[in-house]
Amino acid sequence: MAKNKYVSVFLNGIVHENPTFRLVLGMCPTLAVTTAGQNGVGMGLAATFVLVGSNVVISLLRKFIPDKVRIPAFIVVIAAFTTMVQLLMQAFLPALYDALGLFIPLIVVNCIILARAESFASKNPVGASAVDGLGMGLGFTLSLTLISIIRELLGAGTVFGISLFGESFEPAMMMILAPGGFITLGLVLGALNKLTSKS
Amino acid sequence: MATLQKLALIILSTVLVNNFVMSKFLGCCPFLGVSKKVNTAVGMGVAVTFVMALASVITYLVQQYILYPTWLTALGVQQVPDLRYLQTIAFILVIAALVQFVEMVIQKSSPALYSSLGVYLPLITTNCAVLGVAILNIQSGYNLLESLVGGIGGALGFTLSIVLFAGIRERLETADIPEALQGFPIALITAGLMSIAFLGFSGLIK
Repeated sequence: MAKNKYVSVFLNGIVHENPTFRLVLGMCPTLAVTTAGQNGVGMGLAATFVLVGSNVVISLLRKFIPDKVRIPAFIVVIAAFTTMVQLLMQAFLPALYDALGLFIPLIVVNCIILARAESFASKNPVGASAVDGLGMGLGFTLSLTLISIIRELLGAGTVFGISLFGESFEPAMMMILAPGGFITLGLVLGALNKLTSKS
Repeated sequence: MATLQKLALIILSTVLVNNFVMSKFLGCCPFLGVSKKVNTAVGMGVAVTFVMALASVITYLVQQYILYPTWLTALGVQQVPDLRYLQTIAFILVIAALVQFVEMVIQKSSPALYSSLGVYLPLITTNCAVLGVAILNIQSGYNLLESLVGGIGGALGFTLSIVLFAGIRERLETADIPEALQGFPIALITAGLMSIAFLGFSGLIK
């Protein structure tokens, strides 16, 4: 029974409450870094690390944090994990670090992470919180990857850097510029609405 | 004169060319969340402008005097402590405290505005535009005045785009939109079209 609960918490983040497509949270990184496949995956995994870490720590501390100062306390925990990611990435993945740039420190203000801390980790035990963080993080990663594949394909004619259409394909630059981000996400959301309303 | 020119360029760049929402994707959450009515959009814009201007100045001072105090060399300190790796934590704490302060001021001075901004006021803390402008100012090597102008310019750009967007969304309310696209999808597509318009400014500054 307990096992089933973990599975449903895990799937909750990926499907029912997918942070990007269902809750429409964390829009800034979703739109900004999804210009190429590996950026989307990198950003998603970095956010997953922070989500799991902060969910675990906040869940452990949930009985000690006074209600009045909980938001600042959560933010400090999240900022600590973000700084860890930032330093680790700078040391081991410098190319990705440069590509994501400003948006790595900005993981700290990603609404998804604070939202999960507030609505899940501060009310649930450690195990469930870790699973929730993992599910939400992977849900976020999946949606970022999907959007970045679409944009990279249309905007540069490649998927994860591999050219698909050969020389004659003229990529639509617009798709990897800012407008492409808004429009792709809008259309993907619309398509998902259509699919789910049918079934 | 040269300074004035530089400041004017920063304003022009942050308001139009590198508009925070439209070309840098900073502050998308409030941009999508609080843009259903023009009035609330204006209120949000004013609150963000106030917070961003203050945050740019204070984070600049924190960076210069606490995190990387090069001024200590003048006092004869050989090894200047370098705490710049704590930048994210320090800045977000400063911003969180500031937002709390602004919230109290608005609550006292304008209860109507306070009730209409509702949950989004504390969420300015997690508005990435505020932390973003603080980090960008440091990265661009701005001095105190330039940071202030950069912060105000960025916030004005945010206000401009959110107010324009709210104006469009008020009209969208009555439009006949396919069922699947109602709500967020059509809002995002609208934002995309606005963003194309903002791309037109990109030639203004080389």
